[in-house]
Amino acid sequence: MIRHIRWCAWFCALLLAALLVNAARVQVWEAAAYRDNPANKRAAVERWARPRGDILVEGRPVTGSRDSRQLLRWERTYADGPLYAPVTGFASQTYGTSLLERAEDALLAGTDPGLTAFPVWYDLARGRPDGGNAETTLVAAVQQAGYTALEGKRGAVAALEPLTGRILALVSSPSYDPGELSGTGTAVTAAWTRLNEDPARPMLNRALHETYPPGSTFKVVTAAAALDAGVVTDVDAPTRTPDPYPLPGTRTLLPNAASGCEDASMADAVRWSCNTVMARIGVRVGLRGMAEAARRFGFNDAGLRVPAWVSRSNFDTDMSPDQLALSAIGQFNTKATPLQMARVAAAVASGGELPAPYLVERATRADGTQIRTGGRSGGSGRAMTPSTALRLQELMVGAVEDGTARNAAFAGAVVGGKTGTAQHGVGNAGTPYAWFIGWAKAEDEPLPGVAVAVVVEDASGDRGDISGNGAAAPIARAVMEAALRAGP
Amino acid sequence: MLLAGAVAISVLGHLHVGFALTGAPPRGADRYAAGLACAALLAHLAVRFRAPYADPLLLPIAFLLNGLGLVLIQRLDATTPHHLAAADQLRWSGLGVALFVVAAAVLRDHRALQRYAYLAVAAGLVLMLVPVFFPPVNGAHIWIRFAGLSFQPGEFAKILLAVFFAAYLAANRTALALTGRRLFWRLRLLPGRVLGPVLAIWLLSVGMLVLERDLGTSLLFFGLFVIMLFTATGRTGWIAIGLALAALGAYAVGTLEPHVHSRVEDWLHPLASIERGEGPGQLAQSLFAFGAGGLLGAGLGHGQSFLIGFAAKSDFILATAGEELGLAGLTAILLLYGILVHRGFRAGLALRDPFGRLLATGLASIIALQVFGIAGGVTGLIPLTGMAMPFLAQGGSSVVTNWIIVALLVRLSDCARRPLPDEGAEGRG
Repeated sequence: MIRHIRWCAWFCALLLAALLVNAARVQVWEAAAYRDNPANKRAAVERWARPRGDILVEGRPVTGSRDSRQLLRWERTYADGPLYAPVTGFASQTYGTSLLERAEDALLAGTDPGLTAFPVWYDLARGRPDGGNAETTLVAAVQQAGYTALEGKRGAVAALEPLTGRILALVSSPSYDPGELSGTGTAVTAAWTRLNEDPARPMLNRALHETYPPGSTFKVVTAAAALDAGVVTDVDAPTRTPDPYPLPGTRTLLPNAASGCEDASMADAVRWSCNTVMARIGVRVGLRGMAEAARRFGFNDAGLRVPAWVSRSNFDTDMSPDQLALSAIGQFNTKATPLQMARVAAAVASGGELPAPYLVERATRADGTQIRTGGRSGGSGRAMTPSTALRLQELMVGAVEDGTARNAAFAGAVVGGKTGTAQHGVGNAGTPYAWFIGWAKAEDEPLPGVAVAVVVEDASGDRGDISGNGAAAPIARAVMEAALRAGP
Repeated sequence: MLLAGAVAISVLGHLHVGFALTGAPPRGADRYAAGLACAALLAHLAVRFRAPYADPLLLPIAFLLNGLGLVLIQRLDATTPHHLAAADQLRWSGLGVALFVVAAAVLRDHRALQRYAYLAVAAGLVLMLVPVFFPPVNGAHIWIRFAGLSFQPGEFAKILLAVFFAAYLAANRTALALTGRRLFWRLRLLPGRVLGPVLAIWLLSVGMLVLERDLGTSLLFFGLFVIMLFTATGRTGWIAIGLALAALGAYAVGTLEPHVHSRVEDWLHPLASIERGEGPGQLAQSLFAFGAGGLLGAGLGHGQSFLIGFAAKSDFILATAGEELGLAGLTAILLLYGILVHRGFRAGLALRDPFGRLLATGLASIIALQVFGIAGGVTGLIPLTGMAMPFLAQGGSSVVTNWIIVALLVRLSDCARRPLPDEGAEGRG
């Protein structure tokens, strides 16, 4: 009997060994696979177990966290959600994150290794430092001015500090409250469905992610290309352009909306927005020269991050001359985001340097100590020579003083601008997009303090009013005034 | 000393959970510590005076496991504010310790139990039969609900059946081992006259358990039966037949009975429900919990094993241990059970009477099989069968039963190690 009891004991020892080996298999070998299984809620529970870091505008948080007392404990809240939604994006427990909430997620959620001096210790102790804060470059007054001026119409505003690339305002309208998407449950899914099915597409960030035909505002790029290429040496010299202008290789006649464009100089063409003159100049610069200039101005760059990603603005690099002529006046396949056109204005204002726009001024730990700063020194390279930029500044000031952009002028500042009214839709049947790009310099300052781009999709009301000057320029004026008043 | 250590660890765990979850010590922590220490002291005194030669490891291990179980349940209570279990479990543990003291005091010699073998089996069968007349809970007829309390009488039946098997097999050992027609080689058919009652009772109990849908306990009885029969008769053939029967039965039940079939499917493909888009099942959640623990664990109160949901405090209590204490803590707990079982077998080896040897082997096997059944189940080693982790899991009847098992083991080890004046100190201990 003794022997058999021993056997039983050995059998039990075998069972114990099997348990231990299996426990090691589950807890060590397969642990990573279980951890990464999407059905494992642990990552989400841990992610929302503590309040998320905040996004700050001028030192004031525009985000917050609310204790939901649910499994995913802290929910995101937004003060002034619709106003800042094009910057913050949403941080949803159901639908993930977008925009800054996405681009700075590691910082805000507390997983950024820069948040602690001892990342190894946190790994070992399975702890996590508190989420850090992202201080944005926005100026509340400028943001508010753009949002108010758009009056809920479909459109967008992007405002930059020309020399640094700091984004002062990024408005998209109509907007939505990202707080509606924060939590979990049917209210959140209903809000998601409603926002996605809304024909006005409130969740579309029109300033960063929608590309519009820039229309006449693109003439600034064409003019820069002509000056840099030496195609135009005297902006005041007549260009011997017929009105209407037959597109090269076709019988199609390109008309003008403005009068007095026949044989106009480039200065007058910018001031009065002559399609014929600028189209012909584009053709004379040639496809390669135009494409190169567009590239220098930031077109065809799919890699721009602010740090949220920005849609690629397009200028075709393979076209027939008639298509090039249309492209040179911002039609055909030429497309740009409002932020991209604000960069074009900023490049002119800054003396030719294309700024690298950015939204996050400083990333700090929860206690306020800085871990990194935003912005790229040297910007994105040179878009044109300084002398070309000076000439264009004069032309744009001319357009505001006694040209098509008069509605952008305001007291106490030198304002340069260019309007645009872009055709779109099948047979150009859609309501035209009203554009304005420009910059403003306080009279007592040596350099322009703000560059802006405004697009309005559905300028309601009288069709004659749907023009850059009528619909977009007043919005730009409000934004630029607010920016100059707020100071550097 | 060891006992004091066990109490200290339990109290520290209790405090730790409080700090981790609320940042303050749990309310009434001082009374909790005092109560635990008093219970430990009483149990210690009972052993000291009534069973002075008992194995000194049994009581501390039982206290430590029971204390750890209370800590884990208290920790899970914090996530289920509408369903608190720690206080009940504490009361049942108190009752268990009290019964332990009573058993140690009253039962002077385990051989006295031998006389009540048939009474034990009758009582055991009645206990198993009674719940059939009560409404099922979670699909199993294993509960008696009475005056707001619920019992699982099948738990107590385990001990009674072990006592009966030990007594009966000890009495008929010679007949079982040596008589019977020879089939071939060393395999001999047991004489029906001797084996009949054993088989009948075993079939009855297993049949009843299948009716009551308590797969775990029926497997436990089956394993207990095979082990004790093997120990008593020493016939390897019975092991072979037992295993073959078990395999056959498992296959039949696994394919025919839908409830069991789904358990087997779950075991083979624990993540299948996720792929079907139905979210993780219990076993998947349990594996997630173990995986999240890793080597060192998340720390008490820092895990999310409550995601398991239903039965997190009972069947799946080990997942909380695995997640919050890690592989290190889990190994320690399993080794504690290993030592407990080892001490049981050692008492069996040192005892001189067949009944005592069989009873010690049976009781140790009950613990071993139960630990293997549930620990293997929740870690995906074997299909999940509803068993309770001895001492750790929530469940009053289980805790009380385990304390009685420990009381019996204390008594058996005391007899085994007691120096006999007439025979010399043969029991080596």
